[in-house]
Amino acid sequence: MAAPMAKRLTREDVAHVALLARLEVTEDELDMFTGQLADILEHADDVEALDVSGVDAMAHPLQLRNVFRDDVVQPCLDRDEVLAQAPAAEEGRFRVPRILGEAP
Amino acid sequence: MTAAPTTAVDIAAAVRAGDVSAAEVVESHLAAIDGREAELHACNTVLADEARAAAARVDAAHAAGETLGPLAGVPVALKDNMCTRGIPTTCSSKILEGWRPPYDATVVTRLQAAGAIVIAKTNLDEFAMGSSTENSAFGPTKNPHDITKVPGGSSGGSAVAVAAGFAPIALGSDTGGSIRQPAALCGVVGLKPTYGAVSRYGLIAFASSLDQIGPFSATVADAAATLNVIAGYDPRDSTSYADGIPTIGSEELAGEVSGMRVGIITELLGDGIADDVKRRLTEAADALSSAGAKVEETSVPACIYGLSAYYLIAPAEASSNLARYDGVRYGLRVDADNITGMYTQTRTAGFGPEVKRRIMLGTYALSAGYYDAYYGKALKVRSLIARDFAAAYEKYDVLLSPTAPTTAFGFGAKTDNPLAMYLSDVCTIPSNLCGDPAISVPFGTGDDGMPVGVQVLAPALGEPALFRVAAALEGSAS
Amino acid sequence: MILPNGWVMVIGLEVHCELKTATKLFCGCPNMFGDEPNTNVCPTCLGLPGSLPVLNHEAVELAMRIGAALNCQIMPSTFHRKNYFYPDMPKDYQVSQYDEPINVDGFLVLPDGFRVGVTRAHIEEDTGKSTHVGGDGRIHGATHSLVDYNRSGVPLVEIVSEPDMRTAEQARAYVSELRAILVATGASDGRMEEGSMRVDANISVRRSENDEFGTRCEIKNVNSIRSLGRAIEYEAARQIELIEAGERVIQQTRHWNEQEGRTITGRVKEDADDYRYFLEPDLVPLAPDDSWIANVRGNIAVLPAARRDAVAAATGADASATAVATVVDLQLDDLVVAAVQAGADGRIALARASNEVAADAEAGRALDVAAFTAVIAMESAGEITATQAKTVLGELLANGGGDPKAIAAKHGFEAMDTSALDSIVDEIIAANPNEWQRYKDGDGKVTGFFVGQVMKATGGKADGKAVTAALVARAKG
Ligand SMILES: [Mg+2]
Ligand SMILES: [Zn+2]
Repeated sequence: MAAPMAKRLTREDVAHVALLARLEVTEDELDMFTGQLADILEHADDVEALDVSGVDAMAHPLQLRNVFRDDVVQPCLDRDEVLAQAPAAEEGRFRVPRILGEAP
Repeated sequence: MTAAPTTAVDIAAAVRAGDVSAAEVVESHLAAIDGREAELHACNTVLADEARAAAARVDAAHAAGETLGPLAGVPVALKDNMCTRGIPTTCSSKILEGWRPPYDATVVTRLQAAGAIVIAKTNLDEFAMGSSTENSAFGPTKNPHDITKVPGGSSGGSAVAVAAGFAPIALGSDTGGSIRQPAALCGVVGLKPTYGAVSRYGLIAFASSLDQIGPFSATVADAAATLNVIAGYDPRDSTSYADGIPTIGSEELAGEVSGMRVGIITELLGDGIADDVKRRLTEAADALSSAGAKVEETSVPACIYGLSAYYLIAPAEASSNLARYDGVRYGLRVDADNITGMYTQTRTAGFGPEVKRRIMLGTYALSAGYYDAYYGKALKVRSLIARDFAAAYEKYDVLLSPTAPTTAFGFGAKTDNPLAMYLSDVCTIPSNLCGDPAISVPFGTGDDGMPVGVQVLAPALGEPALFRVAAALEGSAS
Repeated sequence: MILPNGWVMVIGLEVHCELKTATKLFCGCPNMFGDEPNTNVCPTCLGLPGSLPVLNHEAVELAMRIGAALNCQIMPSTFHRKNYFYPDMPKDYQVSQYDEPINVDGFLVLPDGFRVGVTRAHIEEDTGKSTHVGGDGRIHGATHSLVDYNRSGVPLVEIVSEPDMRTAEQARAYVSELRAILVATGASDGRMEEGSMRVDANISVRRSENDEFGTRCEIKNVNSIRSLGRAIEYEAARQIELIEAGERVIQQTRHWNEQEGRTITGRVKEDADDYRYFLEPDLVPLAPDDSWIANVRGNIAVLPAARRDAVAAATGADASATAVATVVDLQLDDLVVAAVQAGADGRIALARASNEVAADAEAGRALDVAAFTAVIAMESAGEITATQAKTVLGELLANGGGDPKAIAAKHGFEAMDTSALDSIVDEIIAANPNEWQRYKDGDGKVTGFFVGQVMKATGGKADGKAVTAALVARAKG
């Protein structure tokens, strides 16, 4: 599926996506995932020959547009029920470990 | 009393007629679960108390002379990726272990309103990612026809629940074949409805533009009865058809196919398909011909690229859908000194290898510098596939193909080779990419004596034609 | 502020405003500020597994109003997911409009006529709110944080300007004007203190207008229009200093620290910033039809610029005068225009409205036009002095109305006749020869002294301006 110049997926690529996805992979797993993902991507290269110029992207099977909801208040969840599911809560809020930096 | 009813349609009729009580129905199915669940492991949770209480409500309503719903007293098993209020909903993942949703999925509400009784939450490949139910964090489900074989997946638990008589009907979700392929491997009927026909509200998302809920059943009529209940507009799902889909009635279920135009997809009869499966497909085509349908082979050229497009699109959406499992609001948390560490430790401990593989694949496909080459191109290929199918439906009312390339395979046969596992879905994926309905109907067995399924495909909202052909195949299956 | 050595600053602003809907963008939870934490939440805005978004029609309507008021084209649009992990974002992606926003290519004209381009004004969802525990409530040094999702999913419109502004003053005027437009259209309440309107400023500097753009920094955490001006000037000076010292500006987010009056390093843009935008598959495209767009365009409230023009025309003041802006901002312009139409003196009506009435604008908006007109008429006819008029207005506002004549009578307010004033002025001059000499020598500071003495002697009944005139006449004589 990759453009013709696409190179085979590397360990570094996999380490980078693991970081983006907040997953930790061991060195062994890195080798395993790199091989498997590269195989899958190479299989996907079968479409390289396909001419898709002028073809629209199809992100969704539906042709629907303009689906709305009226601006009417609906019942909310009970806070105790919500926080009972939380791994940690404090003062009516979800407790999380310290945040390292601000949001992007 | 004659023999106890076994299909949903017969059970509901018997309960309505007072020939059997909902309580008796539930007890006999709980007994079936008791008998084989330890061996098959189809269920993550058996809801014996809840089912008995629900049966008592149905029986009380009947005693009070109330009108009963179309599925009154019918036990139903739910794939454990559909939210049930107050009842664990795990996606067979450690990351959701112990989570009790504060709300019901729309399909659950609709089933209950129709009088159906939820009897179990069934096992699946973690987050519906897999084709064998081997990827469950709680251990695999076994094929009831041969417990050394997989039941298919990802809705393996629901397929087995119906095949083993735990429930006459079950719901699964189908993103790339996850209802149809296990239905074929377990010898039951499995339907993926038109995208947008059944609300996804409360279905835990794998790939939102592909996911669709549908029924498993022993009979085509039960699939229709279940579809009639679960399909319909839901204002909570923006991708729900406002007008719903046509109700399937006795006319469609009569299996009259005379004059119908049926195309066998040439591309799905290739090298990857086992000979015994091909033979069954040919017999199915012959049966339709004898019943008066006009059957011929037809090419749907882009069909073969479905797998490539699917394995970029589905993981891309999944990588985003599964970001929320971060240990903050629900489910598993592995604590760490700071939030990034907590996220990483939680997700690393909570997800199994196949889920990680797909999250990474999808993250890569969407990431800067690769989007156009992978995800972007996959969407264009999806267009080509939809275009080729639309062209085929100009000439044919329905298309025909095998459901799965082979009969059920052994445990571990494909676990080390994800690509080989993905090839199990080659016949089923195109319908998901296009948003079209497709059904798998049991049609004999393979050389190993294991069930074979034949797939009928139709264009969006083409369920009536689909059911006509499915009913005809059911009637002629040996 | 004039920048040293011919440096030019380039300012672009991104303004996030919360829309004044009853419910959130994608769910039916109340859009309410200040409620108990985590009480306005549901599966959708908590990002619970299986939940789905459905777009709020009213949010789209308000977003279109903003677009119309900012002279934008209103376009078919789509929603994308912006993926990144952060605890205040329950799905770990934000649903936002990306390459197909609803409003594009608009502009906003500042009161002085300067035109600022508006690149886009798109719809997106707000995040929840984190409270940091320990470390003085700041993110750095905190031991842990607590998250409230009441704000999660509140509808926002993000208005992105072109980098057209060149001075802090222009930036302030832009935000002030934008805020007035948002309030006037009813799209937002524009409260910067409550965070319902949040301004981020992108600032870069260059040696001349013809140079390439410099590396920009984004200033966040600016909580008032005044701080915005200070932050921009500080940041421009910081960048110039860096470059002149031979260093380079690093692209980053910086925070305005109000207490210390400086910007501090926030977040350096990283290579790892990769939001993996893709079309939100749980939503369908948004394509308002022509009749809807026409309806929105046709029903936009009169905007502040037009209202300022109306006040200027009625009162004879300049449309860019502060008093004019004040009455429009406080929605007292209808009062002024109505009073003038009823015969009040425009200059005096504007002066009283922009000062005394403005001091209690809420009461002012409820003030009876006839009563206000009567006070202005009494003042302009010399029946009461300016000082007395202020007292009468004050009582009208405090009591929610009343009869101006009766209030004046109750206080014994009546115009002092000229001869009585003349004799008092003469007495006071005679009693204060030194001060009078200084006055005659041109020491303006003693004017207040004499006015004060006369007021004291008349119990406040004298008209300050008449006293000044009497003093001037005597000094000349
Ligand atoms: Mg934004
Ligand atoms: Zn909500």
